[in-house]
This record gives sequence, C-alpha cells and structure tokens, in this order.
Amino acid sequence: MALKMVKGSIDRMFDKNLQDLVRGIRNHKEDEAKYISTCIDEIKQELKQDNIAVKANAVCKLTYLQMLGYDVSWAAFNIVEVMSSSKFTYKRIGYLAASQCFHEGTDVIMLTTNQIRKDLSSPNQYDTGVALTGLSCFVTPDLARDLANDIMTLMSHTKPFIRKKAVLIMYKVFLKYPESLRPAFPRLKEKLEDPDPGVQSAAVNVICELARRNPKNYLSLAPLFFKLMTSSTNNWVLIKIIKLFGALTPLEPRLGKKLIEPLTNLIHSTSAMSLLYECVNTVIAVLISLSSGMPNHSASIQLCVQKLRILIEDSDQNLKYLGLLAMSKILKTHPKSVQSHKDLILQCLDDKDESIRLRALDLLYGMVSKKNLMEIVKKLMLHMDKAEGTTYRDELLTKIIDICSQSNYQYITNFEWYISILVELTRLEGTRHGHLIASQMLDVAIRVKAIRGFAVAQMAMLLDNAHMLTGNTQRNGICEVLYAAAWICGEFSEHLKDPLQTLEAMLRPKVATLPGHIQAVYVQNVAKLFATVLRGQEGVPDRQVAQETSQLLIDRLPLFVQSANLEVQERASCILQLVKYVQKLQQKEVQVAEEVTALFAGELNPVAPKAQKKVPVPEGLDLDAWINEPPSESESEDEKPKAVFAQEEQRPTRPRHPEVDEKELARRREARKQEQANNPFYIKASPSSQKVYAETPGVEHIPVVQIDLSVPLKVPGMPMSDQYVKLEEERRQREKAERKKKKEKKRRKDKCGRGHRAESGGESEEDITPAHTVDIVTEEMPENALPSDEDDKDPSDPHKALDIDLDKPLVDNEKLPVRAHRPPDALKSPVEGGEGEGVAQEPKKKSKKDKKEKEKRKSKERKKSKEEKKKNKHGQERGEEPEAGSAEEPAAMAAAAEATTPPAVTTAEVSDLDFWLSSAPVPSNKKEAAVPVPEVVPDAAPVSEPDEPKDAELEEPKSSKHKKKKQKKEKEDRDKKKKKRHHRHHSDGGRAESVRNGEEEEEEEPLPPMSNYCLLAENPYIKMSYDIQGNLQDGSQVVVSVIFENKSSSSSFLKCMEFNVLDSLNSKLQRPEGASPHEAVTIPFQLPPGVSNEARFVFSVQSIVMPQKLKGTLAFIVKSEDSSTHEKLDFKLHFTCTSYMITTPCYSDAFAKLLESGDLKASSVRLEGVSMPFHHLLARICFHHHFSVVERIDSCASMYSRSIQGHHVCLLVKTVDQTVSIDAKCDEPSLLENVLQEIKQTFAKC
Amino acid sequence: MIKAILIFNNHGKPRLIRFYQYFAEDMQQQIIRETFHLVSKRDDNVCNFLEGGSLIGGSDYKLIYRHYATLYFVFCVDSSESELGILDLIQVFVETLDKCFENVCELDLIFHMDKVHYILQEVVMGGMVLETNMNEIVAQVDVQNRMEKSEGGLSAAPARAVSAVKNMNLPEIPRNINIGDINIKVPSLSPF
Repeated sequence: MALKMVKGSIDRMFDKNLQDLVRGIRNHKEDEAKYISTCIDEIKQELKQDNIAVKANAVCKLTYLQMLGYDVSWAAFNIVEVMSSSKFTYKRIGYLAASQCFHEGTDVIMLTTNQIRKDLSSPNQYDTGVALTGLSCFVTPDLARDLANDIMTLMSHTKPFIRKKAVLIMYKVFLKYPESLRPAFPRLKEKLEDPDPGVQSAAVNVICELARRNPKNYLSLAPLFFKLMTSSTNNWVLIKIIKLFGALTPLEPRLGKKLIEPLTNLIHSTSAMSLLYECVNTVIAVLISLSSGMPNHSASIQLCVQKLRILIEDSDQNLKYLGLLAMSKILKTHPKSVQSHKDLILQCLDDKDESIRLRALDLLYGMVSKKNLMEIVKKLMLHMDKAEGTTYRDELLTKIIDICSQSNYQYITNFEWYISILVELTRLEGTRHGHLIASQMLDVAIRVKAIRGFAVAQMAMLLDNAHMLTGNTQRNGICEVLYAAAWICGEFSEHLKDPLQTLEAMLRPKVATLPGHIQAVYVQNVAKLFATVLRGQEGVPDRQVAQETSQLLIDRLPLFVQSANLEVQERASCILQLVKYVQKLQQKEVQVAEEVTALFAGELNPVAPKAQKKVPVPEGLDLDAWINEPPSESESEDEKPKAVFAQEEQRPTRPRHPEVDEKELARRREARKQEQANNPFYIKASPSSQKVYAETPGVEHIPVVQIDLSVPLKVPGMPMSDQYVKLEEERRQREKAERKKKKEKKRRKDKCGRGHRAESGGESEEDITPAHTVDIVTEEMPENALPSDEDDKDPSDPHKALDIDLDKPLVDNEKLPVRAHRPPDALKSPVEGGEGEGVAQEPKKKSKKDKKEKEKRKSKERKKSKEEKKKNKHGQERGEEPEAGSAEEPAAMAAAAEATTPPAVTTAEVSDLDFWLSSAPVPSNKKEAAVPVPEVVPDAAPVSEPDEPKDAELEEPKSSKHKKKKQKKEKEDRDKKKKKRHHRHHSDGGRAESVRNGEEEEEEEPLPPMSNYCLLAENPYIKMSYDIQGNLQDGSQVVVSVIFENKSSSSSFLKCMEFNVLDSLNSKLQRPEGASPHEAVTIPFQLPPGVSNEARFVFSVQSIVMPQKLKGTLAFIVKSEDSSTHEKLDFKLHFTCTSYMITTPCYSDAFAKLLESGDLKASSVRLEGVSMPFHHLLARICFHHHFSVVERIDSCASMYSRSIQGHHVCLLVKTVDQTVSIDAKCDEPSLLENVLQEIKQTFAKC
Repeated sequence: MIKAILIFNNHGKPRLIRFYQYFAEDMQQQIIRETFHLVSKRDDNVCNFLEGGSLIGGSDYKLIYRHYATLYFVFCVDSSESELGILDLIQVFVETLDKCFENVCELDLIFHMDKVHYILQEVVMGGMVLETNMNEIVAQVDVQNRMEKSEGGLSAAPARAVSAVKNMNLPEIPRNINIGDINIKVPSLSPF
C-alpha cells in the first residue's frame, strides 16, 4: 500500500503541468495534432487517479486545450470533482474549466447544485467569489431556481467583494428564472445606494440591462437614477445611467424635459469624452421623444451638433466614428441641422478608414435633395470605381439605391438618369446585389409609366450584351439583372424598336448557361415578344418575316425543352407546341396575331409588399375552425364549412354591386383615398402630382431628344449617366425661364390651380419639376387593408420573460424557493410554502388584475374622503414598518410580513414619479421650502431629505431603508397639510383597498403592525423616538436612529438642535473629527412645525454582553413668530442586547454543525399565555430581536442570529397551547441570558 | 453586455478566449478566425470599432479592439456598452496584466492562461463589467494568489523541481518578448 502511494507520487512528479504542455505544443509545430492527442491520452490517465491534485492539473491542461478548439466535454464529471475539492487552488481550476465548457446541455450540471450552494455559503469569501464567477457562466434554469435564494442572501453579504458579484449574477438568474425578478427586486434596488461604489455600479449595471429590454417597468426608478446621476462621480455609473435614461425618455416625455438641463450641464463640464458622447446621445434621444414643444430645443440640438462636429473633426478616428454615428441619429428627426455640415460628411467619405466611410454613407441618406442628388450619386459612382474591397463597394451600391429610391423616389427628377445609373451599376464586378438592381429596374419600369419606352430600350441593350454580364461565371450575382431585363422587354414589348433583334438575343444558346429561374423568364418572355413581332407583321403583305420568326423559335426552343430545370422545361415545351401550331396556321395564311397577343393581354400592376397579409379576415370567418369535421366526430355539423365559404364569397361581390350609382362610387373612391392617405403602408402616388406638368410645353419633347442621344450607348461599357447631369442643368434653366414667361403672361385660371396644387403637394424648396410625365402607379392593396403592422418580436427572446411589472406588490406565495430538508407542511408554513413551479403562472394573472385595480384607484381618488384618508394612513403605517423588518430578513421571514406591506410602498412610488415629473408649481409650504424641489435646483436630489450626518451615512449600509421610511413620513406630513386644498396624486385612495386585497389573498391572518422605534423622550415641543441597529461593517459600532418630531402647537420652528450623551467607559458617541470628547453633536436640520426628521448617531461599544443605559440631553431653540427660547430635553438611551444582534441567515446544515460543535452554552425560557399564532410569534422574534428562521416544522422552529462581535445565538422555539418554550444556545452565556430576558419582555408587553 | 473576449496574436493564434454565451468549440474557432480576419487587415491608425462580425450577435453587436505589440484584445459587445468605456476597460485590463506579471509579454499569456483568466474574472463577470478600478482588481487577484501559495500551489515543490529539470532539456527556451509600450495613452478619456 505504502509502496503504491510512493509510486503514485513519483509518477506525479513526471506529469506534465500546464507550462510543460504549452512548451510541448510549441516544440511540436509540425505534428501538433498528434502531440496533443498523446497529451489527451495522458490526461485521461491522470483523471483516473485518486489524487485530486493530479486531477486538477489535468483539468487545467484541458482548459488550455479547449481554447485550441478541442472538445473536452467528456471530462465534465472530472471537472465537477475538481470543483468540489476543498482547496481553493483546485476549486478555482475546476470552476474555471466549468465556466469555459459547461452549458445548458451539459448533463452533469445538475450534480453541481449542492456543491455550488455549499461554496456560496462558505466562510471563505474567495470560495464564494469563485463559485459566483463560475456560476455566472453556466447558470441554467434549474440552477437559477435552486440557488436564487442563496444568491439573494449574498447580496447583503458583509464583504463588498461578494456583494457586487452577487448583484451582477442576479441578472443571469433573472434571465434563466424570471420568477425570481419580483421577489429579488426590492433588494436589488436597495443596492443602488450601497456604500461601496463597486456594488452600486453593479446594481446600476443590472438594472440598466433589465431596463434596456423592458424600459416601461423601470420608469418608477427614474427619480432614484436622477439622484444618482446628479450625485455620482463614477463615470462608469454615469454612462450607464445616462444610457438608461436614453431608453426611458421615449416612454415619458416629461422625463426628457427634466433631463435636458443636467445633461447639458454635463456636456459643458465633463472632460471625459465617453461621458460627453453618451450625454449627447441621450440628449438626442430626448429631443427625438419630445419632437416639438420645447422652447429651447433648437439650442440643444445646436449644442449637440456642434459637439459632434468637434468629435468628427478630431484626429482620433474613434471619436470621428462615434461622432458620425450619433449624427445619424439626429438626422432622423432634425435633418436640417445635419445638412449644414454636409461638407464635413462628404469629406469623411474620402477617409482612409472603412468604418468611417460607412458611417458617412449612412449620413448621406439624409443629405440629398432634388438639387444635389445627381451630384452626390456621381460622387459615389466615382468612389465605386476606386473602391478596392467588395464589401465596401457593395455597401456603396446599396446606399446609392437606397438614396435614390427613398420615400418613393422623392428626389428623382429624371428617371432616365436613374435607369442609366442602374445600367451602369450592372458593370460592377462580383457584387452580391444583382437582385437589388433587378428589383429596382422592375419597380421603376412598372411604376413609372412614362419611362417604359426608355427602360425597354436600355434593357434590350443589356440583353444584347448579356455576354458582358455572364462572361465570367464568378460574377454570378449580377446576372440577376437579366431576369429584370427579359421581363421588362417582354412585358412592355410594344415599346421595343426592334423586337425581332431582342428576340434573337434572348434565344442565343448561351442563355442556357444562366440560372434556371432566369431561363424560365426568358422563355416566357420570348413568347410575349413573339406575339409582338406577329402583330407588327400583321398588315405587312410579305409574310416571310413572321414565318421566319416562327421558325427561329422552333429551332431554338428545343434547347430549353431539354433543360434540367423543370420550370424551364415545362414552359419551353408549352410554348414550342404553341409556336408549332401558329406556324401551321401561318402556312394556311390565317391571321393569328390577334389570338397570340390575347394570351398576354391585360396589365400587371404592382402589388404592395404586405398586401396579402393585410387582407382582413371577414367577419364571422374563423380561420381556426375545422373546414372538415375531424373524422372521429359526428357528422351533424357538416354544414359548417359550407357556411364559411358562403360568407367569404359575399364579401368581394359587394363592392362590385351593379346598383351603385356614380355619386356613391365617387364618394367611395374619396373615402378610399382618405384611408390610403392615412395608411402608412400604402405607397402613395408622389405628392408632387407630376401629371400637372404633362401639358407644360417645352418639357414634353425633351425625353425624345434624350433617347436620341442615348443611341451611342449601344457601345457597351461607356458611362452615360453623366450626360444627364448636364442635360438636367440645362433643362432646369430652360424651365425657369419658361416659368417666368408664364408668370408674365398670367395665363388662364387653371394654371393658378395647378400652382396651388404643386405647393400643397409639398414641392418644397426647389421648383424643380420632373423631366417628364412620371406617373407613379400605386401599388395595389386589398380593400379594407388592415393598417396595423404587427411587429414580429422574436418569441424566443429571453428578455421577453422579464417583462414583469415590478411596482406591483409582492404577494404571499411569490418568493424564492427555499431549500427544504424535510417536506414541510405547505399550508401551515409560510416559511417554506411556495416552491418555484407553483408560482410560475402567478405573476401574469395578477398584473392584469392589478392594472384594473389601478384604474379603479384613479377614479376613486377623486372621491376621496377624509375618513378614507385616515384609514389609509393607518394602512400605510402598518405597511411600512413590517417592510423594514422583512427587508432585513432573507426570504424566509419575508413572506408573512410582506403580504401586508407592499401596497403602500408601490402606490407611493408610482405617485412619486408623477409628482417628481410634474412640472406644475408645487404649493409652497414651509416643509417644502426645506426640501429642495427639483424643478428649481436640478442637481439637488429630487426626493431628497436634508443631509444626514455624513459619518452615519457612510457607515450605515441599510440607510436606504431608513430613508424610504422617512420619505414616506414626510409625504404623509405633506398630505396632511394639503388635504384641505389639494387632491394630490398620492393614490392613498387605493391603499385601503389594496391592503384589503392583500388580506383576501392571504391564507393566514396578517401580522399586526410592528415597529422597532420606541419613545425616547417627549416634551410639549418635541418628541424623540429611536431605534438601535448593529453596524454590519464594524463589529464595535452601533447606529442609533432618532426621529425628531416637532410637536409644538403654534407655528414655531425648532432649530440649533444639539445632541449630547454622557459617554460611559463602554459606550461612546462618535463625534466629528476634531471635536472634544464631551462636545454635543449638531443636528443638521431644522424642524418646521408638525414635521419630523431622522438623524443617525454612531456609537462605539466595547462589551456587548450586557444591556446599558446612557444619559443624554437634547438642547434646542424654539423659535416662534415673536420670541425664541432655549429648551432642553433629557433622555435615556437604552442599549439592549438585542440591538447588538444582526439578522444573519443560516443554513440548517451549518446550524446543525454549530449546535454539534459543543462550544455553546445552553439556556432556556418559558413564556406563558401567549395567544398569538405561531407565525406571528416568529415574526416578532425576527423583527424585534433580529433573528432569522432557519427551519420551521409545524409549531417548532429553529432560529439564528449573530451579534456584531460574532457571537452565535441559536434558538429552538416550540409552542404548545399558549405556552412557548425557547431553548437557546450561545457562546456567550450572559449575552444569551439578556437576549432571552428581552424576548420575554417583548411578549410580556403584548 | 459583453458577449465575448478574445485575445489572439498577430498570427491569429488564440491566447485567451472567453465566451459569455455558449458556442460549440468548432464554432468558437470559426469566430476567432473570422474576427482575426476582420481585425488583422486594419491599419493601426484607423478606429477601433468594427461592425460586421457575422458569427456573433448581428447588427446590435460591435467589435471593439486594441492592438498591443503582438497581441489583439478584442471585445464583442452590444449597444448597452459605451464604446469608449470598453476601450478604456481594455486598457485597464492590460495595465492590470502588466502589474500582475510585471512587464507583461505574450509569453506570460501563453504559459499562464489560467492566471490571465483569474485576472479577467475580477474585471468582467458573466459578460458584465465587474470592476474598473485597477488597484481593487490587483488587490483581489493578489489575495487569491497568496491563498493559492499558502495551499502549496498546484504542483508542490518536488514537481516543480522536476519541471525545472525538464526545462533544461528543452532545445531552446523562448526568450521574453516585451510588449513594449504598454502604457499607450488613452486619448481624451479621463481615467475612471
């Protein structure tokens, strides 16, 4: 045995480690694969050994091989083994390997759940950290569900290192297990105000990521983020927040208005380009959302454009790129402001950097006008010649087409020019966009009737020179153009000068090398051309030409009949037979042209792209209904399908009803036009109503001249579009002159009418008229087309599941699944009640309900009566206090308390937002004078409270909770004041209702209100109540929160309040630095009448095993209208042992270990006559004494808490008939004794 | 969100890959090749942003990269990240490497891929930026390395001695290649 071990360790010495492996691979450059495969064999051997170090080493090497592209999933189980090693070194290797190669399909992942949970609760923070990091990469829905609660607990870990990781990973958990979002959200929100900047940044990160996908659910956080934005100095956080605001503003224009000013300030003040850029971006988003109605928004736009210009002009290419990127966003809404920087953008087109050129191209889209389109496109064509890479050239090509075809060819004045541009583009080598050019050709030829003659001539030429396009098989993309050319020539063959020649061109043997679908079009259109030729020859006495044509077809078509492509073959053989028949008739001297032409009679109109989709489903037609009864069912309902068809038929016949008179028709036409005008998807005829110019003399003959000019185009390969630029120039000049003439002559009235129409058509800045009759045929749409355009959201988008209303109160069963060791009685135990799956469906149903409720609330608000208010306030108080408790306790306790809590919180928040956003002047009262109103001072926190002692805030991790509480209090006060004058937004009206609602849903009766604040001292002027909490971060400190309430009857102010305590040896008040040991601490606020506020004081303590009392004095000045007096109030601060306890979660296994360890001393206490339900009892202990429930079985529960100095306190609470026995264990007997006494007192009181 | 972090050298050899979304190994290699192809043909004086990686993400995603001596550091990010911020993050990461390895060079990355991963884990977690403060990152990495040392490291002393012997047998021990000017000035970005 021993020998074996020795042998093992010697073997180990010669194992390769990672470095050896890498070195080996580098030394075997020629046969790397072979070397690696031997290495993998070695690794497999190593993995078979028992020694965990060897395994870890092997796994480490596998991680490296994975990077090189080797699949290492076969070692997944070994990786799990290494992960579960107790040594940090190995654990880290295991988790790294897992994070690199585990994914949802890895089946061993389900074995890791318990290991990960153990690591998460490890006392070593780095074990926890490693587990979190690893988990973030391979979390699955199952892991997320099982571990959500553990991770949530870690969000309140004492170490910021863990907190920030736990916060970040929550995002991944939400994605995989959306049900966890709502229960975890309150805590996540709390982390926004975490004292550690890293944690804060992580929370911002997560919420921004969530809000980006479903912004509307996060609107209520806007005030909080606003506060962070104005207070934070961390650029990372600022950038994230500003980006978030960019996503929120489209939903809430008021928010935008509020943002403009601080953002503009930031733009002016910041030196960080990244921040500046994001600010500009968000300002742009704001301006887009506002669209209009901002008095000074042109100034903001100017500022943005200016700053962007600076970026673009910068020598740093990155800034240039970003500047152009942002510019393109402005372009969409404020094209004018961008257009003034045309020079700069055109300059960027020549940049050496392709990314920048592409961005500049994007901008070009908005730069064009009727005036400069030709010029810009000419420039782009030049670039096209120079462009080296195909990607950039393709991009140029699509951009040219985009620019020209945008808004229904709005900027094209001369379609001949455009057609020639398209023809020129066909000379592009190796483009992928042949089909794009083809579809443009088709589109223009079909929709612009006047251009058909010219287009057909050009297309005929293309067909003639088809070899140019197809000569090289590599240029396959471009031959798509022939598809369009063949179709156009065939369909509009009446415009062809020499159809016979084109016919010949289309029947060349080389055509057979084209792709099948193009050949098919060729064959079909050959037939059309044939018809045209026949008709052309009709009147001619000499039949030879017609007969020769037939013969030509009969000779050439067999080539296509043999085609491998079915479509081609079928069409060719059909047409071949037809031609043969025609030939027979021709020989009998029968006139056939008429009949053959009839085959292709009628015009094809363009159909709008989504026309089919938009045919409305006729009323009464159920598309999901069976047409035929499913076979198994009875035949009695056989009638149904018939009815379906009958109804369908009815519809189309109605419009064609013969009895409709002319007037009715006209009216309908008008109505349809109206509808079309309102339908954004209906492509309208160009507003410039070109028909007007049809009769204008001097315009009509120009195209004729140009067509003549285009004769030289027959020489292929010569650029031709250029000439149009010159011609267009001349034409415009001529037109101008003519118009002048016309004006002088002041012709007939209808001219005026026309002019009028042209204006109303929005002919805009230039009086450039299109060169010729351009009748853009509208695309056809079905009658009653549905205007809606369903956005097809990807149903598999994981973020969709996170679209959850977060303002809605949490309900009883909505909480994270807690691991249960023994199956608990679900009904009786609120602690472990709702397991994940059961909850799954819940939120959606409720959100609907909730919405309705909200509406109800709104209407109720108006009728709000005073009594109701009182009740509500009560409810609110009830609500807020348990909330404090529940936030502290990890999920376990939460459920019971939260059931009563949330309504107040959420409604308050919603109205908060409204209040925060409303720009209406706030009625001034003294309280609000003290609280800066954000409208006035933008950088003050919107729902801010007077500053608190800095030291207290720094040390106190839970400050946010207190703040919330206080805010509510303040609001209450405000409400009280305004009750008579104002019906404020605060939806108090709903509170009573929703509280009741909560009760209905709850199975167990709700908890009575609880508060830890107890009276400290009171006199006619002031009332002080206080609460003491242990400081999580510092084991020697406690924080005393004191609420001061001004009770004085008349309108007297309390000011210059000074708080002093006589320090004992054991406990000392922490005074500001430099203060003497007996100096009083000044309270940094004043109290207007009827107002309360909270201040926090930090005390350092040495021993915590005994309760203590400290005497103190509060000195203050009472200032009424005419007099001011000095007053004093003495008090005694009672530091109970409870106040040194910190709610700390504990797992039952850790708990059991603790009890077994034997270090703990036991003690017990009995409480008689306790009549409250068991869960209330537990809630009380949790709330008042800072315990957490470890496990609960029926009427027995184990609880745990920890003191600030790390003493463990364990309780076993049992209840039998009004008698509660508490067995307790603690490593510090006197502390335990005191805590038990305090618990006893708590229950004696009630 | 960051979708992937790739480090490869001037020849496209991967030095570290970190995907925050699952791709099979061959797909990963394909992505590396494509990314290298896109990035390597760009001059050093053009901008550091790049669209058009067709394999990851799509239009919402950008490649943001920096080129240091022999290495490319490429981050693939979506639109929720600030472009300049990520550039700065790359700088922070590289400077952290420089601190942890004392004058980092490509060989450090080659032989200590695991350590580079551990450093990266303190910067980016699950595709989200975890920490941007270099001192904090270095501190956490140091503590963890010290823990590892106190546990005796991966290979205990005897094994190390053997590996030293093995080293000597190597025909050539690659010489250190310095990355050189690692502290490339980040233009116009105030340190976070």
